[in-house]
Amino acid sequence: MNVDALHNAAQAAQDTTADPVIFSITVFVLAIIVGYHVVWNVTPALHTPLMSVTNAISSIIIVGALLAAGPVEMNLATVLGLIAVGLASVNIFGGFMVTQRMLAMFKKRG
Amino acid sequence: MLSANMVELAYLVASVLIIFALKGLASPATARRGNAFGMLGMGIAALVTLQVDAVQNYAWIVTAIGIGGLIGGVVARKVPMTHMPQTVAFMHSLVGLAAVLIAVSACYDPVAYGIANHEGGLYLASRIELFFGTFIGAITFTASLIAFGKLQGLLSGKPLAFAGQHWLNLVLGIVMIGSGILFCITGAWLPFLLMLAVALLLGVLLIVPIGGADMPVIVSMLNSYSGWAAAGIGFTLGNNMLIVAGALVGSSGAILSYIMCKAMNRSLFNVLLGGFGGDAVAATSGGGAVADRPVKSGAAEDAAFLIANARSVVIIPGYGLAVARAQHALKEMVDVLLKKGVDVKFAIHPVAGRMPGHMNVLLAEADVPYDIVFEMDEINSEFADTDVALVIGANDVVNPAAKSDPASPIYGMPILEASKAHHVIVIKRSLAAGYAGLDNDLFYMDQTMMLFADAKKACESIVQALD
Repeated sequence: MNVDALHNAAQAAQDTTADPVIFSITVFVLAIIVGYHVVWNVTPALHTPLMSVTNAISSIIIVGALLAAGPVEMNLATVLGLIAVGLASVNIFGGFMVTQRMLAMFKKRG
Repeated sequence: MLSANMVELAYLVASVLIIFALKGLASPATARRGNAFGMLGMGIAALVTLQVDAVQNYAWIVTAIGIGGLIGGVVARKVPMTHMPQTVAFMHSLVGLAAVLIAVSACYDPVAYGIANHEGGLYLASRIELFFGTFIGAITFTASLIAFGKLQGLLSGKPLAFAGQHWLNLVLGIVMIGSGILFCITGAWLPFLLMLAVALLLGVLLIVPIGGADMPVIVSMLNSYSGWAAAGIGFTLGNNMLIVAGALVGSSGAILSYIMCKAMNRSLFNVLLGGFGGDAVAATSGGGAVADRPVKSGAAEDAAFLIANARSVVIIPGYGLAVARAQHALKEMVDVLLKKGVDVKFAIHPVAGRMPGHMNVLLAEADVPYDIVFEMDEINSEFADTDVALVIGANDVVNPAAKSDPASPIYGMPILEASKAHHVIVIKRSLAAGYAGLDNDLFYMDQTMMLFADAKKACESIVQALD
């Protein structure tokens, strides 16, 4: 096989498997649609807990922070990652706990 | 050690659990179970990530989680419910800052994230994604800090406007996008840091012209931004968990901003341009006649007599109620009335508190059962059959001018139609205007009785008179 054939084969392989970014975009768009429908169903009485819980949920960013903080040898990247882990933890614990505290207040008559 | 496939599947489970967490909020009866699902989902996502090969730095990570978790837990336990808006704003800023730190870290050491090309640099796609994640995160960070400062009273709630403000923002926006594009092309540090610095500055400048009264919209919008920032980082890392959670939060915040804007009859654009709530719009309609219009005022005993003999009472609380710390006194009054067989309901305007749903939480904290608390659309048709509408600490949201006076700045804003009730009692310290700076025709109507008093003292005197 000459170089041209190799190149063509690589090209063909690239055309049949989509870029991972396309999968990410698919997931992103579908998640927005799910979010749209789920959130319109939230009763307005619980909009404050909705905000505090979404706050906790957006701290899922801790997943990225953990990867940054992951390597054992410390450098700027690891230190920034560790700070991000700490910040996200404030939100995860704070967000879910304050939501729980609020939801526990909502009681029926009697 | 789980395989990459197992990790992805665990993220899928976590994503579904988080969707269930939001779904649970459809009713107070299912909300707590939903919240438990959310915690479980978050726990799974974090634990699965911790056991990934690349994550080895356990001692430090556990320390960071411990310190953060402790601070979060203390805040969650201690914060008064009246301070929820600034607490949420503050937490948004943390998400924004975390996103920025992760992005900087990814730029510094792309190999650790597995997003480096064979030369150890960043792929073009990764650079574009980092650009988005960074500038959204940076704007969220500083904008939320300013919103926190305004809500907490550390900064003046007054809008700060200066000449050429919007032009300055436009120029900065262009500089930010320009240096962002330069970073995408070259992958160099200088344009990245310039883009970051300008984004941080823009976050401040975008929020300073917005008045304290518009903060509910801004806090909702920043809620949305914090989600988009998380999704942006998710794209960088090719992590579906982050993308799903970020998209859910992003759309949630966007919907809340829309609901708040609609409740104030303003467009998001109009809110963002700012200036509302300053001197410029003060008292343009009906304000001239304040001094010489007759009002009927009465004592707490008169109010007690009216509501004790009513079949149905609808209470309209505003933020003034919370400022006077009158929730518990009000709840006592409601208990007495319910015991007497009076049909008591609460009517909540969407902007009654300082953030979406705030008043509902304040009432729930005072042990008011949620099944006698109704939203504007549910209860407006009932006012015509209501004997007494009791307005406490609310003003603009019951101003009939919003329906009848096209010249009024709040014309078109949906209101609670208290003026249709047979009798109206307004508990208020004085005839002072609400934050829209308008006089309120409701106060001068024939069926209206003004009870000039502090909300808490008024409720206590009414309870005494009822016995």
